[in-house]
Amino acid sequence: MPRTLLLIGTRKGAFFLETNDRKTWELRGPFCEGWPVYHVIHDPKSGAVYAAAASEWHGQAVWRSTDLGESWTHSSEGIAYDADSGREISKVSTLAVGDGRLLVGVEAPGIFESRDEGQTWSLLSTLAGEPGSDKWDDPSNQPPGHLGISALMFDRDDADRFWAIVQGVGLFETTDYAQSWTPRNRGLRADWPREHEEVGFCVHKLVRSPVDDNRMYQQNHVGMHRSDDAGQTWTEITEGLPTEFGFAAATHPQDRDAFYVIPLDPGHGRTMPEGHAAVWRTRDAGSSWQRLDSGLPQRDAHVGVLREAMAVDSEDVPGLYFGTSTGQVFASTDEGDTWAQIADYLPPISSIEVAAIE
Amino acid sequence: MADVRLPSTLAPLFPGLPRQLDVQAATVSDVIDHLEREWPGIRDRLCEPGPTLRRHIHVYVNSERAKIDTPLAKQSRVDVIAAISGG
Repeated sequence: MPRTLLLIGTRKGAFFLETNDRKTWELRGPFCEGWPVYHVIHDPKSGAVYAAAASEWHGQAVWRSTDLGESWTHSSEGIAYDADSGREISKVSTLAVGDGRLLVGVEAPGIFESRDEGQTWSLLSTLAGEPGSDKWDDPSNQPPGHLGISALMFDRDDADRFWAIVQGVGLFETTDYAQSWTPRNRGLRADWPREHEEVGFCVHKLVRSPVDDNRMYQQNHVGMHRSDDAGQTWTEITEGLPTEFGFAAATHPQDRDAFYVIPLDPGHGRTMPEGHAAVWRTRDAGSSWQRLDSGLPQRDAHVGVLREAMAVDSEDVPGLYFGTSTGQVFASTDEGDTWAQIADYLPPISSIEVAAIE
Repeated sequence: MADVRLPSTLAPLFPGLPRQLDVQAATVSDVIDHLEREWPGIRDRLCEPGPTLRRHIHVYVNSERAKIDTPLAKQSRVDVIAAISGG
């Protein structure tokens, strides 16, 4: 079994949880000088770890470690809009890496790329001209959190193809490395007026089955949805869940029909309903759902889980992990049937990703 | 020669960066230029495009709030402060 690292972004720096057996875990950190860290990823090709962070004082940067956290550098060289553009960057929200290309999504919405492992950056796209882009810079139109580009996901085989979520606007796909974009929101629900037919949807989290390129799932502000054609159309699969709202989602590494979500109270609290912690699983692509709460706190657990804060490893019997807004990390090594708390007293958790270290 | 004092939050980001140093500079901008030459990337930690000072980075020249183009006298003291913010 490879060494497993959980890469954890928190409001006060990055942390690693490390294990050789998924039973005992060692915590390392905080890294990144306690900056708010929105997303931490591992590039299996180069071995580098990247963290998207934004300090109240010192601005945004992408941190990099090439020795699994022993030492770090940081750079924002090139992560800036022209001073005369009227656009400013408040944070770097999300990262993606593929085939030597490192992308960071920022707010105001834009995507910057690095071809030298995060040392220098250049603007790749602002999705200018896409429906909704004429208004999404206006702070009065931005949803809380101000994430801008809230997620990026590369295609596994084609480095020119990736998906981007514009927070509060919707999902977009490019097949020519951001030269052109196509909104991918057909079939989604919106319980509010929209100015454009193709956008105006609140996509919280997009995931894709590792064993079926056409199978995607998304947790939306209103409902869970499934796509069987790589995001071209969506079907709602909310029925059976306790709420339609949530952020985190994860796919099973071997089963295209298995998928995990953490429903939250859709009000302003955005915590697990009635203080009972639970993950929900479908094994039939959303036709039915099972509540998984063995080992999770069942009273007074008013915890939230953010969009990047659940991850799954790729072991034969996959392990699932999620981190909470109150600094706990929970793990399951039996596909979600039972859970154990593996860390506590961390700062509020923004993201968890799994790195398998051979 | 300006007597430049830097915030504690900056030193861990740049190996070898002291909390205090003497800089030959005619303006606050010159001080930042000097720092950038010695510790590449430090400008981004202090300035936004323009450049202007970041919102929560305050600079005082001889105890007076300064801007990036504020001139320095021969013996100015320059305090760079990470303003109290956040939680």
